[in-house]
Amino acid sequence: MSLRLLILGLVFAFLYGPILWIVVFSFNEGRLVTLWSGFSTRWYGELLRNQRLMDAAGLSLVIAAISATLATILGSLSGFALARLGRFRGRLLFAGALGAVLTLPEVILGLAQLLAFVALDDLPGWPGRGAATIVAAHATLGMAYVALVVQARLSDFDRSLEEAALDLGATPATVFLTVTLPLILPALGGGWLIAFMLSLDDVVLASFVSGPGATTLPMVVFSSARLGLNPQINALATLMVGIGALAVLSAVWLLGRRQELSR
Amino acid sequence: MSGLLRRLLVGVPATWLLLFFGLPFAFILKVALSQAVVAQPPFTPLFADGRFQGSLANFALLAEDDLYLDAILASLRLAATATVACLALGYPMAWAIAGTKRRWRAPLLALVALPFVTSFLIRVYAWIGLLRPTGFLSETLQSLGLIDGPLALMPSDVAVALGMTYTYLPFMVLPIYASLEKIDPVLAFAAADLGARPGRVFWSITLPLSLPGVLAGSLFVFVPSVGEFVVPELLGGPGTPMIGKVIWQEFFNNRDWPLASALAVVLLALLAWPIARAQRAETATARGLS
Repeated sequence: MSLRLLILGLVFAFLYGPILWIVVFSFNEGRLVTLWSGFSTRWYGELLRNQRLMDAAGLSLVIAAISATLATILGSLSGFALARLGRFRGRLLFAGALGAVLTLPEVILGLAQLLAFVALDDLPGWPGRGAATIVAAHATLGMAYVALVVQARLSDFDRSLEEAALDLGATPATVFLTVTLPLILPALGGGWLIAFMLSLDDVVLASFVSGPGATTLPMVVFSSARLGLNPQINALATLMVGIGALAVLSAVWLLGRRQELSR
Repeated sequence: MSGLLRRLLVGVPATWLLLFFGLPFAFILKVALSQAVVAQPPFTPLFADGRFQGSLANFALLAEDDLYLDAILASLRLAATATVACLALGYPMAWAIAGTKRRWRAPLLALVALPFVTSFLIRVYAWIGLLRPTGFLSETLQSLGLIDGPLALMPSDVAVALGMTYTYLPFMVLPIYASLEKIDPVLAFAAADLGARPGRVFWSITLPLSLPGVLAGSLFVFVPSVGEFVVPELLGGPGTPMIGKVIWQEFFNNRDWPLASALAVVLLALLAWPIARAQRAETATARGLS
């Protein structure tokens, strides 16, 4: 048991040490992010006054919300098709494409998508490169994750519940709304959250498919990190860590409560 | 299910994938066969004057110049290093979690996955702060008097391997845990009853039965590491030409879209088998953990 505790302690220290460094030094007074010179929240103030960063954050949140919603719709349709339709024509290709989206290096995916968007630029009514193309790229990435989660949830789900409802005279639509949907709702919510975080974090796809004028938060953070350290980035990171942890903890709490209620 | 509903269920996402995933790959092949020109878009058309203009010149260039072969070899080497390091940390971690009381396992797994909700970019950024010659580790060791001058841990290959290990470690822990959890404890009891020591039980029962998880985890770490761009860009120096970085530079800095496409095709061919294998493992892991 003590060996297990030692391993847990060491690996968690490795996983959380760097994050702790970010949080601690976001409250450092000096410009140097390496030497402690006193507690201060000045970098948070400067962060909020940094218009370029705030604009990028706003754009990123909008892109993440839209692309996660699209990804959830497309991904749950895909997950349903794979889990419930049995064999259909092109199934292998369809499943293969979804899996490939998950594993392909982002540099390849980004380059390929950009080339297609450039070709589509000539189409009348095509929005051109910018926020819209980033949404399309992120929705494609996100839908593959949602499909995986929904498919897994549907494949270990007791179908006799649906059959019972049908036997009792419910229409297929009622069964779907009152039995199937509530049971897979946690998977849909989880999938949406994954797609949202992926979009909020992506720098590679966005850099390829974006056009002039659409700069997302990760693109700003990346160009700033290339130049070196910046206490404003520490402050931003701390806020993101806090919000992310809060979202996960409340999701865990909500799901746990649901389970207790249904017991 | 009615025919129309079935068709919609597959048709809508399949059309989306065709448009934003299938079509793009047709274009990457097309552009890889064309030549760079100063124009908009910056590559020659594949058909002009009524005949096929494509050539394999870009691939010939990739074979000639050592830069590209070196980048591929460096990517494979660093990805393999990160995979082994993840295995060395991730296997004991998965084993330790699988051995705790049942009610502790879900929270511990959540703690392993939690860094994922903090931005990947931010976690790599943290390592710049720790590893720089004027960074936290170097300054701390100097003020403790353990070293004399600043310690240059980055930019270096070691920093890149460390960064990828840190980033992808949860990908290793989760599938190994899923396969360890499935092992019937009765097997270990039986072996112990028959006189096997704990070490023997581990080597002849636990380890062989967890190998599917080890393979899955290794693929989940190796595949994204080979094509990684952000980590070598931020933690590596000019001496770390990983292939993802070279594709980026050919595209953004040299504006040679055809050469970047040809490199992407080569990387794709290189990863085709591991990607296909990783897909089978993905579905299995998602089911094991849900």
